[in-house]
Amino acid sequence: MKLFIVIWLSLGFSLANAAQPMFLEVPDTLEERVKPCTLCHGDIDRTGQDAYYPRIAGKPTGYLFNQLRNFRDGRRYYQPMAILLENLSDEYMREIAHYFATLPYVYPQPKSRAMSSEQIETVENLIYKGDSMRDLPACSACHGDALMGVEPFIPGLLGLPHAYLAAQFGGWRHGGIMRGQIPDCMSEIANKLTQYEVNALVMWLPGRPVAGKPAQSGTLAPEMVRRCRHLLSEKEIVQ
Amino acid sequence: MSGSFQWWWKGSRQMIIAIAGGLLGMSLASGQVLASATATEAVVQQGAYLARAGNCMGCHTTRGGKPYAGGRRLNTPFGEFVTPNITPDNETGIGQWSADDFWQAMHHGQSRDGRYLYPAFPYTEYTKVTREDADAIFAYLRSLTPVRQTNLPHRIRSPYDNQLLLFLWRVWYFKEGVYEADLSKSEEWNRGAYLVQGLGHCDACHTARNVWGASQDDKLTGGEIMGHYWYAPSLIAPQEAGVGDWPIETIVELLSTGITSDAVTTGPMATIVRQSLQHLSPEDMRAMAVYLQSIGKPDPARKTRRIPDMPEGVRQYLARGELVYEKYCQDCHGESGQGAPGIYPPLAGNRSVTMKSPLNTIRSVLYGGYPPSTAGNPRPYGMPPYQHIIRDAEIAQVVSYIRNAWGNFGSLVSPLDVDQSRGNEF
Repeated sequence: MKLFIVIWLSLGFSLANAAQPMFLEVPDTLEERVKPCTLCHGDIDRTGQDAYYPRIAGKPTGYLFNQLRNFRDGRRYYQPMAILLENLSDEYMREIAHYFATLPYVYPQPKSRAMSSEQIETVENLIYKGDSMRDLPACSACHGDALMGVEPFIPGLLGLPHAYLAAQFGGWRHGGIMRGQIPDCMSEIANKLTQYEVNALVMWLPGRPVAGKPAQSGTLAPEMVRRCRHLLSEKEIVQ
Repeated sequence: MSGSFQWWWKGSRQMIIAIAGGLLGMSLASGQVLASATATEAVVQQGAYLARAGNCMGCHTTRGGKPYAGGRRLNTPFGEFVTPNITPDNETGIGQWSADDFWQAMHHGQSRDGRYLYPAFPYTEYTKVTREDADAIFAYLRSLTPVRQTNLPHRIRSPYDNQLLLFLWRVWYFKEGVYEADLSKSEEWNRGAYLVQGLGHCDACHTARNVWGASQDDKLTGGEIMGHYWYAPSLIAPQEAGVGDWPIETIVELLSTGITSDAVTTGPMATIVRQSLQHLSPEDMRAMAVYLQSIGKPDPARKTRRIPDMPEGVRQYLARGELVYEKYCQDCHGESGQGAPGIYPPLAGNRSVTMKSPLNTIRSVLYGGYPPSTAGNPRPYGMPPYQHIIRDAEIAQVVSYIRNAWGNFGSLVSPLDVDQSRGNEF
């Protein structure tokens, strides 16, 4: 009888164990929901500094939201992003943009590449002075003195890998980004740069340490606001 | 004699009607105009709803483009089709069309100018739509703001660009006719069948097409989607996506929210849920579920299926897949493929993992994706793309592993299968 009770109890116990759901506990957070993003746009030590993926943490909300929409709606072409975002709503993407814009981040000290003094001079001129002869504004005129972007729509230029920057310049120059269908100040500017200047810029920028925040909105010169009005809007751009 | 009588009668009849109409009109005019305006508004509303059910916008809008202005390219083995502008623009849209022209396209598959339409436009299914519903959709399209947009012409390969061939195709494969109710079945079932077979045009994807691009039969037996690189599973077979033994509520949940505790819509189906199905009324969703449940076959073999012993080579191949699984998949899908209900789908016992075609599973690993944002699941969890993280050989191993772990049983997948599953994304 005793044996019977023991067997009965242990059976009951093991059945109860088996019946317990072994389902995973999934946190009800945005951090969990954006795992598909952070596999690539995550910690720099996991994806590597030489990888293609740009930093998105700490970029301005409006910029991130516009890019998400552009990828989803075929205005900015990058296949993995287009597939991932295909069925997400504007509201959800706005929430995701806000999450990354306000995500605290620590960026490791980058390694500078060896550059000649002429190259460095070229870059510093372009970044901080521009070239009025060619109607080229300084990069910092739009992207902020700290090159961390301007709220809410202008992206920062730091924390972006060499390969990514080179690809973006190529896209701006040859119509690959936005498919050349929307008049855009950046494609006009990129087309005025020489290949030598582009090469120098994409070598110099990844060597700068990432720090600080985007500049406050309203700091853009009226001239830049006029030239870049298509970017400075949350209105839906229809092709 | 009879000719002149007819002439007299025609003329007098018009006059009599005109006089009577004038007399009546004086007293009724104001009331009638009002009534017909609201009637028209109701018809437009109904048309908007039906256009959702048929997901007209899905094809007649290019990515990021103006709704219904067309321009979307559909790649098929017969060439590239470009969807037309169906906004009421006089020059580039259907501004000059009448309700009869629209009916001719929907029901007979013929354009306003008499050209035969290619079955990339699913008139082979839309022919089942009633005249009343077609008229409502037309009224809705007429109510849209006209968009002037000229789209590129089709680029159809020879000899498929021949209208005579298309005529022969129609004789062979096109069966014209409005849906006929099966009186032995309930009204709800018939409504579901009408939606699934007609406007919903489910068999445009869920049936294999033959070399001439015609659906092999009108049963939803599954097939690779033409020009899409996705496999639309059978809605009948219990080994695929048949829902013969699902509760009605679960079918409704999947189709209207995109996810249930053990299933999730992916690829083109996720898009259909977002664009179309989630907007349907609860009654229509239920009707479709009732119909789909009725065509699904039960699975008597499910419990007794025996898995054969594996040769040592296979065992080793799967063991390598297990390592990949532990590294990349286990965090979300669990140690024993149990998943997290309604969040991350279980892989153990998951039919889209084990079904004959591994295409969708491979594509999910390559490209990842989110289920659709819907009212019922507005902030979905998602799956990352792995195409640029792990190599084809490892994707092949891990897909083979999940097809054969935890009681699952499916064919092995090779790196070549993975490579051949790429393509035609956008």
